[in-house]
Amino acid sequence: MTITVAHDGHVQDHTAATATGVSPVSKRIVVTYGFWIFLLSDIVMFSALFAAYATLSRATAGGPSGAQLFDQVGVAIETACLLASSFTCGLMSLAIDSRRFGATYLYALLTFALGGAFLALELREFAHMIAIGAAPQRSAFLSAFFALVGCHGLHVAVGLIWLLVMMVQVKIRRFSAAVERRLLCFALFWHALDIVWVWLFTVVYLIGANQ
Amino acid sequence: MTIMQYGHAPGDAGEVSTRSTLIIYMTGLFLAVVLTATSFWVANTSIIWSTGVPLGLSVLAIAQMGIHLVFFLHITTGPDDTNNVLALAFGVLIVILVVAGSLWIMTDLNENMALPAELMDLHMQH
Repeated sequence: MTITVAHDGHVQDHTAATATGVSPVSKRIVVTYGFWIFLLSDIVMFSALFAAYATLSRATAGGPSGAQLFDQVGVAIETACLLASSFTCGLMSLAIDSRRFGATYLYALLTFALGGAFLALELREFAHMIAIGAAPQRSAFLSAFFALVGCHGLHVAVGLIWLLVMMVQVKIRRFSAAVERRLLCFALFWHALDIVWVWLFTVVYLIGANQ
Repeated sequence: MTIMQYGHAPGDAGEVSTRSTLIIYMTGLFLAVVLTATSFWVANTSIIWSTGVPLGLSVLAIAQMGIHLVFFLHITTGPDDTNNVLALAFGVLIVILVVAGSLWIMTDLNENMALPAELMDLHMQH
């Protein structure tokens, strides 16, 4: 492992490092590594929901199947929204690194708008499915579908609230070390959600539509 | 004040210029768009043998996951990134065990406990 020397002007980082013993690693790395572990455990949780869905995808109990329910155009638009928001989130990280407030707010706004559009489309799809009788209680397939896709949607909703809170923090506390760490964690979270969505549209919407 | 620092924060682009990081993000976006478009095409085309479609889609999804990890999450194979990659490898191992294990067991169970066709629908409701 290579060792580099970094200049860190923040006193609390130094005290935290000495308080926890001999750790020479900066708080930024420790925090994001911990968050990385959390994200991986979150993905393990998603894998259980994926396994449940894959097992139950044919258990329609005489109800509507995926091929009858899914609208690929809607899914394509949702995918485009989430991918674009992942990209604008990356641009936001760049703006934060170069300490540009205006660009940070702009890209945060774009990320929020695209994520919000994704969520709105998904909720509309859910409302439509429930309206035509394809509610979670209809069959094991639909229960697994709503659990898996709904859980991802819930993560996106939490991410949107997190982004709002972060923008308020940027407004009040500028780019302090703590705010910057949280923004880095947010970016990780947002990109990880996009990875989950890649598997979701592949397994649920594309493979499911062919069954 | 100077403290020693080693390791690499996941999601951190590292010591590269804003311009080259922007190029990394744009490359990632381009590749992700191409792979997504290919996925949707594969799912709807009749050119490809239909049994091979799920396999092809899975391969495309794995490729796109790699694109996201490298270009958006900045996970590299460098020595600074060993911790992140090891954690990721462990996560992937657990995911594979959970998904493949569940599918294997449940397929086996369905075969061994196969019911007559008219009862199958009832059985699958549970």
